[in-house]
Amino acid sequence: MKLKKNIAISESGFVFNPEIGTSFTTNSLGVAILKQLKTKTSTEEITSSIIKSYDVDSITCEKDLEDFIRILEQFNLIED
Amino acid sequence: MSKLKYESPIIKQINAGITSKFGELSTHKPTTHIANVPVKSLIEKYGSPLFVINEQTIRNTYQEAYHAFSTRYPNVQFAWSYKTNYINAVCKVFHSEGAWAEVVSGFEYKKALDNGVPGDKIIFNGPDKSDEDLKLAVENGSPIHIDHFDELYSLITITDQLDKRAKVAIRVNMDTGIKPLWDRFGFNYENGQSWEAIKKIIFSKNLDLIGLHTHIGTFILDPNAYYIAATKLADLAINIKNKFKHDIQYIDMGGGFASKNTLKGSYLSGTDLAPSFSDYADNITHALLNAGFSSEDLPLLILETGRALIDDAGSLLGTVLANKRLSDGRRSMIMDFGVNILFTSFWYNHLISPAQECSLYTEETVMYGPLCMNIDVIRESISLPPLNKGDHVVVHRIGAYNMTQWMQFITLRPKVVMIDTDGKTHVIRESENNEYISKLEITPKYLEHIDL
Ligand SMILES: Cc1ncc(COP(=O)(O)O)c(C=O)c1O
Repeated sequence: MKLKKNIAISESGFVFNPEIGTSFTTNSLGVAILKQLKTKTSTEEITSSIIKSYDVDSITCEKDLEDFIRILEQFNLIED
Repeated sequence: MSKLKYESPIIKQINAGITSKFGELSTHKPTTHIANVPVKSLIEKYGSPLFVINEQTIRNTYQEAYHAFSTRYPNVQFAWSYKTNYINAVCKVFHSEGAWAEVVSGFEYKKALDNGVPGDKIIFNGPDKSDEDLKLAVENGSPIHIDHFDELYSLITITDQLDKRAKVAIRVNMDTGIKPLWDRFGFNYENGQSWEAIKKIIFSKNLDLIGLHTHIGTFILDPNAYYIAATKLADLAINIKNKFKHDIQYIDMGGGFASKNTLKGSYLSGTDLAPSFSDYADNITHALLNAGFSSEDLPLLILETGRALIDDAGSLLGTVLANKRLSDGRRSMIMDFGVNILFTSFWYNHLISPAQECSLYTEETVMYGPLCMNIDVIRESISLPPLNKGDHVVVHRIGAYNMTQWMQFITLRPKVVMIDTDGKTHVIRESENNEYISKLEITPKYLEHIDL
């Protein structure tokens, strides 16, 4: 699972898909996850890196990440 | 190293050209305190969900409304509309400010008596007054607002039997331009029915016609409708004076002022749309002052304002039970309060704020209650920052009609607390429990023991 090529992410949370011209806004954790997804990463790896830096339990984190990834799929932002 | 504050990741598409709805911007500003008391501590102490009444807000709102009318008219009296919120402590705050009681059933009538309101200061409205209720009201000298001819005839019989006089008014319905016309209550003005009722009362042996009443509807956004209504009632009063040499002591304009809630389907937020008390007062008092009464004959102006006096003072605190994605990708949230205790979510897009600090990132969310029923929707769409299971929210402006129309359905009704003007909290209604609910049930003997 990986973020599609050419997707632009700014620190402020602006996300742009030049392929079809759609843009998005995301929060700071969203930016951090998208960045990690630029290089092929597994959800386990992302979860453990989030837990290291954020005040969150693993169940909440995993649940939220899976939900977030499903939305990215819906927005056509990731590929397998 | 301390860890960063966690907030669920969210992403949403930016739709160029589609602006967000007015009034939505403020929805995600957190409300961490009510009357300086932390929401968190209220929930820790009293549980969730929890109704909270801010006494200072009731008093401020009442005084603002009273001021708007009393600075424009010499003789003004508010009567607290019990059905809007008849928790005794709430009623007593209004009574302590000087409001009489306005009731629409025997149950409410007795509640007002128990709250210490003198009989002659309880206005008895509504289509449902039993003979027993009418007798009690006659004995107590309460103003009885007659709704229909059957009641008028009952009252004639009762006063004859008791050999007592009754103080009465009639409720008048009329065309004020407001649709729908509430012509099911009272006697119609335009077709002469109200004049017929007035004549009957004037010529009756034991009824004293002391007032004229109307209640033109609720959540009336056009103050001019009140100008029309007051003009028509004043016209009746002046005709009564001219034809029968009889003075009408008061004109009761009922309730109906809009609160600052946003009605479903309304594009503008209620805070932008609702007329002020001064707007309503201008219309009503202009109509009365210009109707042709001599200054010594100006009738007392009674107001039965309900929702506009109490909505702002009430909040509902609640907790997120779960977050869930719907099949079409929308976020949904299940709360621990539903339409069973927040009846007004059928009418309003309630303003709902997170109760803890949060970021500015929001996502359109469907907010459901906890009932296993499809109708249990608090907001079809509300823009909220991500909230986790266990986070709290504050539903604003819920003081009117919820703590009376709530129902015991699937879950139990929660506590109601009042924060007094010194910031102290008082439980003013206990939460229900199984024992309380079962108390009224009687299981036939043969069903007592069930073997499974
Ligand atoms: C007779 C009467 N008076 C007053 C009220 C209070 O109305 P509102 O809450 O619209 O001010 C009502 C409400 O239905 C009513 O029926």
